[in-house]
Amino acid sequence: MATLAIRNVTKNYGDLEVLRGINIDADDGEFLVLLGPSGCGKSTLLNAIAGLEAISGGDILIDGSIVTGLEPRERDIAMVFQSYALYPTMSVRKNIEFGMRVRGVPPGERRAAVEKVAQTLQLSSLLDRKPSQLSGGQRQRVAMGRALVREPKVFLFDEPLSNLDAKLRIEMRAEIKRLHQNLETTIVYVTHDQIEAMTLATKVVVMRGGVVQQVGRPQDIYDRPANLYVAGFIGSPPMNFIPADLTVEGERIQARIARNGAAPVAIDVGPITADRAVLAGREVILGVRPEALTEAGEAVRPGKVAIDATIEILEPTGADTFAVISLGGAAVTARCHPRAFHSRGPARFELDTASVLIFDPGSERRID
Amino acid sequence: MNAVDSAHLGARPRTALPTTQQRSDGFAIAGRIAIYATLIAFALFFLAPLVVMLVTSLKPADEIRSGTFLALPVAPTLEAWSKAWTSACVGVNCIGVAPFYLNTFLITVPATVLSTLIGAINGYALTQVEFRGSRFIYGLLMLGCFTPYQGVMIPVARTLGFLDLAGSLSGLVLIHTIYGVCFTTMFFRNYFLDVPKELTRAARVDGAGFFQIFFAIMLPMSLPIMVVTVIWQFTSIWNDFLFGVAFTTGENAPIMVALNNIVNSSTGEREYNVDMAAALLAALPTIVIYVLAGKYFIRGLMAGSVKG
Ligand SMILES: Nc1ncnc2c1ncn2[C@@H]1O[C@H](COP(=O)(O)OP(=O)(O)O)[C@@H](O)[C@H]1O
Ligand SMILES: [Mg+2]
Repeated sequence: MATLAIRNVTKNYGDLEVLRGINIDADDGEFLVLLGPSGCGKSTLLNAIAGLEAISGGDILIDGSIVTGLEPRERDIAMVFQSYALYPTMSVRKNIEFGMRVRGVPPGERRAAVEKVAQTLQLSSLLDRKPSQLSGGQRQRVAMGRALVREPKVFLFDEPLSNLDAKLRIEMRAEIKRLHQNLETTIVYVTHDQIEAMTLATKVVVMRGGVVQQVGRPQDIYDRPANLYVAGFIGSPPMNFIPADLTVEGERIQARIARNGAAPVAIDVGPITADRAVLAGREVILGVRPEALTEAGEAVRPGKVAIDATIEILEPTGADTFAVISLGGAAVTARCHPRAFHSRGPARFELDTASVLIFDPGSERRID
Repeated sequence: MNAVDSAHLGARPRTALPTTQQRSDGFAIAGRIAIYATLIAFALFFLAPLVVMLVTSLKPADEIRSGTFLALPVAPTLEAWSKAWTSACVGVNCIGVAPFYLNTFLITVPATVLSTLIGAINGYALTQVEFRGSRFIYGLLMLGCFTPYQGVMIPVARTLGFLDLAGSLSGLVLIHTIYGVCFTTMFFRNYFLDVPKELTRAARVDGAGFFQIFFAIMLPMSLPIMVVTVIWQFTSIWNDFLFGVAFTTGENAPIMVALNNIVNSSTGEREYNVDMAAALLAALPTIVIYVLAGKYFIRGLMAGSVKG
């Protein structure tokens, strides 16, 4: 168990800057998820934490002490790789105990440790098989077992579930979460899957192009994304972005969404703030989660604004039905009750004004 | 062929079938006969010299003189074999090929083991460890593969002299090891190129060092290519003549040099049967190796291409 600190870490491959000044702190027992699209530098950062990849600048601290120049074995970490990287000529047992053999752990202790981990991960009946005789899910478990048997300060996972089919992925996700709850060890987990990040993390780091976009608890990142990129990356279906004009109305700020052949929709977005006042009279982008836009009831409730629109597409998913309408020139998705609409055509929606976010189209940042 | 035909025909109405099917069966059989005939002809063509050698080695001297060289022995005898093994004259020493056999094993086995092991370590280092200049070093090693023996004779002679190994078996082990490392490195490097880097990374996280990773993980994985390399090295070192004749003298000569000396040193009447027996004896180990490990040889050669 340990804290982890990443201070100004940079990494270049020749002229290519893969990590550009990364700063992250993880508490003891944190489940830190590095989230971002493919190629954004997640694996590079994880390998840097592991000591598998030298960094070009900055420092990495585990439990308060600098490990930057240390070999992986001196950092007391364990890692699960995307391809599992099982030793192909060794049995499952040999795979799991390899690290202990290298460190000269006596056979009795090794056996006990392997049995314990095998039990946790339901590998007991597979211990004498070779990796080539295992299914994808079983290989994944062995890879986990090899890491778990170590009881290290920090676990590192590089997209451990990306090679599993959808059902198994969800099962293993729950399994990993349970393991973390039992072990309470610090975990750094890399994924490009925002659902995995939301479900597992105690802290999410959203990355893009070697730059950290936002660090925060999953719900905070969902509710208050720092910029348009994070807002669009997290959430499915993604957040709606609607162009609007900001105006000052007395002590309050109003956003107006222009409409084709109809009066603009005026939304009260709260009292004047210094940052928002700067944007007054300019075009901004409103961020609206699909669940902030739903079918309207008989009367418009307080804190809501009614919007009349034509449903262009209806997408039933069982739990919800998504209705796509046109608003301010954008295709906007509303999350509705499954029995609210049965056909396309004119309908009335209501927008929850308190959850509307405002982004500056220039800097792409959220403006409060 | 048949499978394709019937699958193809299956889609058409059954009534139209018989004539077409008979004709295509006829073609198939004719084709097969042609293929076998050609294969057998080629096999005979390539086997003929071996048969002649074997037949000749089993004949007594007077039968060789009287009969044609293709005639089977009337009174087959192993006399020539035993003479070749124990008492044929190699130059002025009439001691047979036996001691030279031992020499060649003493050269071939250590040189094969050493060059294979070094090649494996090189291949591992060149593919799994990132270091500056690895491509350049590999380029230099490849240059070694394309350097003909003749080109390095004088430098090798001087080096062996300098190391005080001139004319010794250890000297030949050294040359064959060095010369072989180019090839063995190439084999192992190309094989290890397909091994994902995450494997060595996982082992590093597990705490293993360079040689622990090599011996515990890479070497056991490389069995197919190791068989190829061992066969390749064993055969080319066993069959070497040039280094042997240039850098050894007298009793230290390897088998191929001794064989040459036997054939050239028969004064008076040529003992073809003894020459043939000696030649077969000289070729025997490589033949045995191919028979025993040939299956793995083909498999090892294919391994890279199938994976890639
Ligand atoms: N050894 C390397 N040499 C050059 N570029 C590399 C190397 N490894 C990774 N990269 C580049 O660094 C970037 C980040 O890679 P990576 O960390 O693997 O991304 P992610 O794991 O987020 O998909 C990519 O653009 C990749 O092409
Ligand atoms: Mg990656």
